[in-house]
Amino acid sequence: MNREKVIFAFFIVLALTLNFGFVLGEIDNADHHDVFELFAALVVSLICTVLKFGDRTHLGALMLATSLVADVQLVIAAGFWGYGEQVAATGMTPKMMASVVSFAAGALVANLISVVLLVVETALIRR
Amino acid sequence: MNNLVFLFMRRLRAPLITLITVYAITVFGMTLIPGRDADGNVWYMDFFHAFYFVSFMGTTIGFGEVPYEFTDAQRMWVTVSIYATVISWLYGIGQTLAVLQEPMFGRLMRLRSFQTHVRNLREPFYLVCGYGVTGGIVVRRLIDRGVRAVVVDIEQDRIDALELDNLVIPVPSLCADASLPDILDHAGLQHPHCVGVLALTNNDNVNLSIAIASKLLAPRRQVITRTNSEVTTANMASFGTDMIVDPFRAYADYMALAARSPHKLLVYDWLMNPHHRTLSSVYKHAPGRWIICGYGRFGRALAAAFAAEGMDMTIIDPSPGSLAPVKNAVVGVGTEAHTLQEAGVETAVGIIAGTANDADNLSIIMTARELNPKLTTVVRQNLHENGLIFRNSRCDFIMEPGRIIANRILAHLKTPLLPLFLEQLQARDDVWAHTLVNRMSSVVGDAELDSWSVQVTPATAPAVVTMMTERAVSLRHLNKDPRRRDRMLPCFPLLLKTAEGVHLLPGELHELQSGDEVLFCGLDVAKRRMEWSVNNYNVLHYLLTGEDPPHSILARLLRRHDQESA
Repeated sequence: MNREKVIFAFFIVLALTLNFGFVLGEIDNADHHDVFELFAALVVSLICTVLKFGDRTHLGALMLATSLVADVQLVIAAGFWGYGEQVAATGMTPKMMASVVSFAAGALVANLISVVLLVVETALIRR
Repeated sequence: MNNLVFLFMRRLRAPLITLITVYAITVFGMTLIPGRDADGNVWYMDFFHAFYFVSFMGTTIGFGEVPYEFTDAQRMWVTVSIYATVISWLYGIGQTLAVLQEPMFGRLMRLRSFQTHVRNLREPFYLVCGYGVTGGIVVRRLIDRGVRAVVVDIEQDRIDALELDNLVIPVPSLCADASLPDILDHAGLQHPHCVGVLALTNNDNVNLSIAIASKLLAPRRQVITRTNSEVTTANMASFGTDMIVDPFRAYADYMALAARSPHKLLVYDWLMNPHHRTLSSVYKHAPGRWIICGYGRFGRALAAAFAAEGMDMTIIDPSPGSLAPVKNAVVGVGTEAHTLQEAGVETAVGIIAGTANDADNLSIIMTARELNPKLTTVVRQNLHENGLIFRNSRCDFIMEPGRIIANRILAHLKTPLLPLFLEQLQARDDVWAHTLVNRMSSVVGDAELDSWSVQVTPATAPAVVTMMTERAVSLRHLNKDPRRRDRMLPCFPLLLKTAEGVHLLPGELHELQSGDEVLFCGLDVAKRRMEWSVNNYNVLHYLLTGEDPPHSILARLLRRHDQESA
């Protein structure tokens, strides 16, 4: 067992699960989406990105790309939330909430690809 | 992406993760701890404010408590956060600086800038492996002639020396093992503008692997190597290395030439060496017996060359084993008077101190000169650093391998006609050479004799080729001064190579044909002026007719009209 691989896989799967948990629920209902979960998803996604740095393989490059996509999506989602809560005169409207969740859903797809790539890599290299 | 970015990211993985984690924990903590707003109501900080607060707290610590004054619980958490974020920032920055200072990082940086520099070369260049005495001279002379060079050497000291040499054109240089094909590739072995590879390291194996790599990757590219042993020479010749210089062999031939025909030697010397010897220094050959001290690589090459000339010699060497096949041998170093006397120094005409030890060589010469002041002395200089002593040793010939190789290579690079001329020279007698030296001397005096070739092709001599369709151009025209056609340039043609054959010292009435190649020798200034007449149609027209040609169509029409009416 490779400890590094365990940590790596842990964070990648965790990023997916947190993201999924956040997206789950009615898209425009603020009660169904937890701000802490979005925060955790963003932080774990950032850590995943750093963990993927420095892998020179083609698969590694692909993983880094998916992770960067997830980061961008989540940061935009968090930005929307902050804008809705703090800046917008109307406050957090269902429309705004729907934007946040849809961006996070985009990140979910990216994280899903990331996990698929991880599985592919594991399946290819049997050791 | 390249190695540099990868290395950087790999090393910064831990600090970045630390930073993200610490930020996450502090931001998360800030949102959990209840605070009180201005009216005393319980209030939780949201993520936006928490992130804002932690961001400026971590980086500056010059902060106020926003948006409301903190409760004690919050202050307690902020205290912990300050230390955590500051430490993680310091850790991150420290790690970044450490990576920047790592020797490996520096090496990669240098390699990268070297690669970029080589890749961006847009002119023909030579790849020089080894920047020792030979490499140093070759690179300097190439740069003086405006030819680019790329240098690879295994020792950082020599690369530093190159940087301190203040060459007028920047020379990309790298400290690396040139025997590795990767390094050669970085240095532009496969670059379309690389015109030649010079393997000048002091290691035969390295030179061999450079030559092989170059011949495999770019078979048509010129490869010039130096070697120290006959086995390597044969090996290199077997796969088509263009020029192989064995310094000992080269100098042995040179000495044999000196003993046989001093004027030919002078012609050779003047064409090969930038600082040639004066006409008065011509060595007066007295037939007789020579003493050779040291029977190593140099001694053996000398003995072979002298034997081919049928000259008498006595050999001195400390090891009786290597002297076994030689007659007229004396065992000893040669630094003591009795060994020299045993070898018959009083009746010899010359002595060659050719051991691998500089101090021994000088000692041999001094002792021998005391015993017989009329001796012709030849000394081998092994270390370039001893140059000062050798220059002042008043020896007739100083043999420095590095310089010999450099001169040979430069003569070859100048123009391929020069070696051809030197080859033809061998067939002539010494009287012919004497006349030639006198002619050279009257043209250049004591200044440096340069040599160059003119090829009559559309690319190299456009004006001549165009002019040939209108009227005949002879060698005499090229020899005229483009500024005043009644004066001649300080130069003359040495050799003419035509489709029919090779002519030494061609007559000046020879009419140039397309494809002719002419080797000129003379002053540097003549070379520059001649470039005008060869490349500029108007200048050549002036040289042929004495008048400036009409430049424009209108002028041409007017002139034709004048001629018709007249």
